Amino acid sequence: MNRVAVTGLGLVCALGNSVAECWEKLAAGVCGIRPLSDPGSPPYKFVRGAQATAFEPLDYFSEKDLLLLERFAQLAAVAAREAVAQSGLTFSGDLADRSAVITGSSIGGQFSEEDGYIRLYREKNPRIAPLTIPRTMSNAGASRISLEFGIHGPVYTVSTACSSSNHALGQAFSMVRGGQIMAAVAGGSEAVFAEGLLRAWEAMRVVSPDVCRPFSVDRRGLSLGEGAGMLVLENWDHAQARGIPILGEIVGFGMSSDAHHITQPCIDGPAKSMQWALRDAGLAPERIDYINAHGTGTQANDLIESQAIRLIFGEHADRLPVSSTKSMHGHTLGAAGAIEAIATLLALRHGIIPPTANFTSLDPACALDVVPNQSRSAALQFALSNTFAFGGLNASLVFQR
Amino acid sequence: MSEQPATADLGTRVIEIIAKTQRIPLDSISLDSTFEQLKIDSLDGINIVFALENEFGINIPDEGVQSMRSIGETVEGVRKLLELKTAESEDRAV
Repeated sequence: MNRVAVTGLGLVCALGNSVAECWEKLAAGVCGIRPLSDPGSPPYKFVRGAQATAFEPLDYFSEKDLLLLERFAQLAAVAAREAVAQSGLTFSGDLADRSAVITGSSIGGQFSEEDGYIRLYREKNPRIAPLTIPRTMSNAGASRISLEFGIHGPVYTVSTACSSSNHALGQAFSMVRGGQIMAAVAGGSEAVFAEGLLRAWEAMRVVSPDVCRPFSVDRRGLSLGEGAGMLVLENWDHAQARGIPILGEIVGFGMSSDAHHITQPCIDGPAKSMQWALRDAGLAPERIDYINAHGTGTQANDLIESQAIRLIFGEHADRLPVSSTKSMHGHTLGAAGAIEAIATLLALRHGIIPPTANFTSLDPACALDVVPNQSRSAALQFALSNTFAFGGLNASLVFQR
Repeated sequence: MSEQPATADLGTRVIEIIAKTQRIPLDSISLDSTFEQLKIDSLDGINIVFALENEFGINIPDEGVQSMRSIGETVEGVRKLLELKTAESEDRAV
């Protein structure tokens, strides 16, 4: 079994176009959930979202490149560039064959798909844009990263709704740990602000009409966000031999399926996911110093997650800070796990727990220390990050400073 | 409807479409350029064919696409399809 180092991080979301920009906002409790640039006609029932408004594709790609790259793939590639640059890795020779790209995406290229349907069904024009297939495929981001960096090993995309990128990171972690690969670019990306998709979320009645307030008694739902998070995971000895800074370590991964209901969560599944992750890491629950919660801000999630944390952590839950950074970068669906993994690693590295923003007052049914509104300094060694997806699919990662 | 676009005009229009589709300068393309010289690959070709079909209201069959390897061949292919289209509409007029 090999240790798994994190040697690069890359992030684009509503809070900024780099890890440094985003971390500054996360540590300051700044909420990136703002009025939608296009409120819809008729207006959506929700008026806010966490849009990556500062992300200008032409700053990163030629016009010709953009013909082939949907927004979710652009975000993936830009986050990967930052992560790979930080890692200092160049993928040549044997390392190119023994490196992977594993990304998460719940939606894929939604915009081209919707454009195609507008032509086909509204305009009755059967001639669909010729690059629709390579633009919409969910692996477009992974393939772009593979092409850009010349990575020839396992390259694929996991699509498990809101757990996509925790599953992707977990897969990459397992492969580095098991010795199949030496390094991986892993994470996820999502671009959600497409009209058809927003209408579908509206119809689900889980999007907050104002902002997302995880664990607050008056929470009214999630806030959608777009973005990408990418991590470079690397065989520990390989990283040490290169003499580069190691930013943190992944030490455990757990997953479970509720097999209960397609959208209603239950306590058992999330609890088992955390339990398996702790066992995988060989850690007693008391060793965990911080949880980055799934914390969507829906009634059901926050209640069930709080109860699952109680079940696994017992009395330690009284002293265990739990925050939801979705209150700042929104719920980025297939990118959520990756963005939150980065927030968790930076919390460990800097000894600063990012808060749960937009907090009003605690729901007694979610009686946890949710680090309300203000970040907190603390000495941290281990942290856990959860994702729970529609379809009942749960994935938890454990990180070490 | 019997008037054919002169080959020179047609050539200019085809070159304009290719420049626009490929995001490359107009003056980098001439009638003698091959797709290989212009670094136009098969995927680019699909985009160009789609744009030409839209512009001229023609249907370029797959075997027609295979025989277009240069700008000159493309202009020639489009010209033939336009002639065919004109002949068909004249047939219908009779």
